[in-house]
Amino acid sequence: MSYADVPGFASVLEERGETTVVVQTESLLEAARFLRDERGFNFLSDIVATDYLGWNEREVAGYWGHREGRDINQPGSWGLARKPEPKAKRFSVSYQLLRLVSGAREAPRVRLQVWCDEDEPIESVVTVWPTADWHEREVWDLMGIAIEGHPDLKRILMDEDWEGHPLRKDYPIGGEPVRFSGAE
Amino acid sequence: MATAVQRTKAPIYGESRIPTPIPSVLRVDPRLREEGDILEVNFGPNHPSTHGVLRLVVELNGERVEGVEAVIGYLHTGFEKNMEQKTWWKAITYPERIDYLSFQINELAFVLAIEKLLEVEPPPKATWMRTLLCELSRIHSHLIWLGTGALELGAISLLWYCFRERDAVLDLFELVTGVRMHTRYFQAGGLAEDIPSGFFTECRKFADMFPARVDEYEALLDRQAIWLERTKGIGLLSAEDAIALGQSGPVLRASGVDWDLRKVQPYLAYDQVDFAVPVYFNGDVYDRYKVRMDEMRESTRIVQQCLDGMPEGPWIVDDRKIVLPPRHELHTSMESLIHHFKLVTEGYRVPAGEVYVPVESARGELGCYVVSDGGSKPWRVHFRAPSFVALEATATTVRGAMVADLIAILGSLDTVMGDCDR
Repeated sequence: MSYADVPGFASVLEERGETTVVVQTESLLEAARFLRDERGFNFLSDIVATDYLGWNEREVAGYWGHREGRDINQPGSWGLARKPEPKAKRFSVSYQLLRLVSGAREAPRVRLQVWCDEDEPIESVVTVWPTADWHEREVWDLMGIAIEGHPDLKRILMDEDWEGHPLRKDYPIGGEPVRFSGAE
Repeated sequence: MATAVQRTKAPIYGESRIPTPIPSVLRVDPRLREEGDILEVNFGPNHPSTHGVLRLVVELNGERVEGVEAVIGYLHTGFEKNMEQKTWWKAITYPERIDYLSFQINELAFVLAIEKLLEVEPPPKATWMRTLLCELSRIHSHLIWLGTGALELGAISLLWYCFRERDAVLDLFELVTGVRMHTRYFQAGGLAEDIPSGFFTECRKFADMFPARVDEYEALLDRQAIWLERTKGIGLLSAEDAIALGQSGPVLRASGVDWDLRKVQPYLAYDQVDFAVPVYFNGDVYDRYKVRMDEMRESTRIVQQCLDGMPEGPWIVDDRKIVLPPRHELHTSMESLIHHFKLVTEGYRVPAGEVYVPVESARGELGCYVVSDGGSKPWRVHFRAPSFVALEATATTVRGAMVADLIAILGSLDTVMGDCDR
């Protein structure tokens, strides 16, 4: 299936049997409507934001587990200094879409993806898929990506008065004060 | 033998009635509020009927629920953040603790995601054993749901019967893996250990005994006037609303949608076993109960077929770059010792990329989204938690309900707060 006619289409990636359609950040809502109404993706499985801060800065360490590296006659050392491809912006937000037809025997899926920087809001898709409500609150709460047009954008998993967005890469693990520990 | 019951599809309630603009919150009619007499009550966060630590802010007009908002996050433990700090194979211990009632299936989603990135195909014995354990897990989860769900409606004795069988399932897990819960038995590439002799006999005993037990539970409830009164026609959710609200699993199937990921996108050995997908059409608490009862029977059938069809052979791939070498080799082979050392200290590197692996957990679509930068730790792990999504349907399902039914409805959505808050 071609996705070139999706509004704001930027690129499409077919990998490991999964399709990722990247669209311009400003045409997210339009693209979402198009995919639901024209392509029948009526079910939103998940919205997930990923922070790519620091991506591509370190050389990745570890024991070579790739298919090429597993060939015992082809030592994997050639890949030890490899870095992943750089990303254009800091955050990606992925919408896992599914065409759900009762009684069907196939589950076509596509991943709609937009990219944004810090302090760059993205549009809400609650009007397209009502289930986006909590997912978008989670994106705001844990990743700090503002959602424009969300009916009630507030924290969902963390306390209302929490500072910072814990799933960001610059948020330290174990860095927050522990209450009632006696160490305060 | 109950299979998919096809009834005529009757309209559940007029047209779609997702409360706008916020589907997860039910707002009190302002006129009603002006008239006075709206009482705001906090259910939870420690109410025993909430299957974890959930808080519902309920606005009551007498006995009737006029407004509701679910407040979650009390069990947020930052699993996703923690998993980013662990090597891939250490991170496998985390997903089970997210949904502590269907732990094997959670573990499976993550392991399948790693395998998809690594392009590893586990041997058939591992695939079949995974199928078997996942179905036992589904039974385990449904048993706890039934026991506690019935307990909340006053059928106390059922809890003891359900927990008796649940204990038998845990005994089986203990027999295979050495632990009763959070087994960490699935490895990238297969199973952590071979299946111990004796398991098959014990498991078959359970599978032979269990369907009769399900009939017993049903006999206790199905003709019980109080149970029927308190579950039928309550907590309505239409098929359109269920899809719009992202519902999946038994809740979706009780609303008349024939949808099971084990059928529509078969993974593991589900395309090689015979089972039916129970679908009911009334979208109420009673139908959700019926779906889960039938699913327990179907799961037992799958378990039996797995026992019959369990292939011989290795339980994990023979790939020293991913899988720990056999313990006895460490004393004789330098090569194995190095492999062992490197795997334990650095872990294996997983090719860069992103995957989303959905599986049918006891609660519905459980998705695992994983990003790898090609290193030995996951860059980002995210779980599409079915409980999280199920709670979004509270406002729609409890609209106009009596306060006593609130508990029945909430129970029928079968949420596990660990799964919801992650």
